Amino acid sequence: MRTVVVVFPGSNCDRDVAVALARCTGRAPDLVWHGATSLPACGLVVLPGGFSYGDYLRAGAIAAHSPIMRSVHEAAERGTAVLGICNGFQILTETGLLPGALVRNAGLRFVCRPVDLRVDGDTPFLAAFAPGERVRFPVAHMEGNYQADAETMARLEGDGRVALRYVDEAGRATEAANPNGSAAGIAAITSNSRRIFGLMPHPERVIGDELGGSDGRRFFTALADALA
Amino acid sequence: MKAIVHVVLKKDVLDPQGKAVEAALRTLGFGEVSEVRQGKFFEITLDGSRDDARARLASMCEELLANPVIEDYRVSIPDA
Repeated sequence: MRTVVVVFPGSNCDRDVAVALARCTGRAPDLVWHGATSLPACGLVVLPGGFSYGDYLRAGAIAAHSPIMRSVHEAAERGTAVLGICNGFQILTETGLLPGALVRNAGLRFVCRPVDLRVDGDTPFLAAFAPGERVRFPVAHMEGNYQADAETMARLEGDGRVALRYVDEAGRATEAANPNGSAAGIAAITSNSRRIFGLMPHPERVIGDELGGSDGRRFFTALADALA
Repeated sequence: MKAIVHVVLKKDVLDPQGKAVEAALRTLGFGEVSEVRQGKFFEITLDGSRDDARARLASMCEELLANPVIEDYRVSIPDA
């Protein structure tokens, strides 16, 4: 499957995710600069982590209006899968492809550590995992506190669109297991179509045991097959 | 003309920065402080009539300056 990674000024996980895609899908992605006005034909567009535009105004707010985002919207409308990781998730909410918003962590600290996540949603992006399975990805963010109004929360929960939740070792979404104060312990959500996926944790950082884990390798390998 | 835009988190959105500032003010002895909400302030210089500017500024807030999911905004155009 052909994949694309969009590079914004201030992206810093674009290379990591490019390596993950190359290793797990067998084909290196095309890197596309944010100022481009068209995307190559592809099965998956990735918005990587980092600090696009220095997080000026709000994390993801300026990148959401980059020239390339019009093409990302068009591709999403055609059914192309879109994956937003960390800053990419923030960009997806700012640009309206996913509902809600990611605000400052409740603890006011940058959190950077591995977290346990429970697979709750049904989407091709989580094809690697069984429902209810616990996986471990690292988080590294200052604005990962997912918030949405009551109506949106009810819709997300009712439609099974909460894809990953921060949980403890017993798989419970407790306050102590929640690194940033996210509503309902939300770490990832999907669009209604299940083809747009945003998550705060970084699966591209755990694609081999030499990196401290391989749940990310399972994630990318299976999603490439599921989306192809 | 010059316009002033204030952007603040909606009432029901937790403002951890405001809370931290509030706690620091109390520590400093400002015990009368009961709440602090932190927001953003923009000074925007623009051309056009005041009426047009109001509508345009509202669009600027909706499209970029504020995130309507979590923030409210207030626009004022002070007399020069």
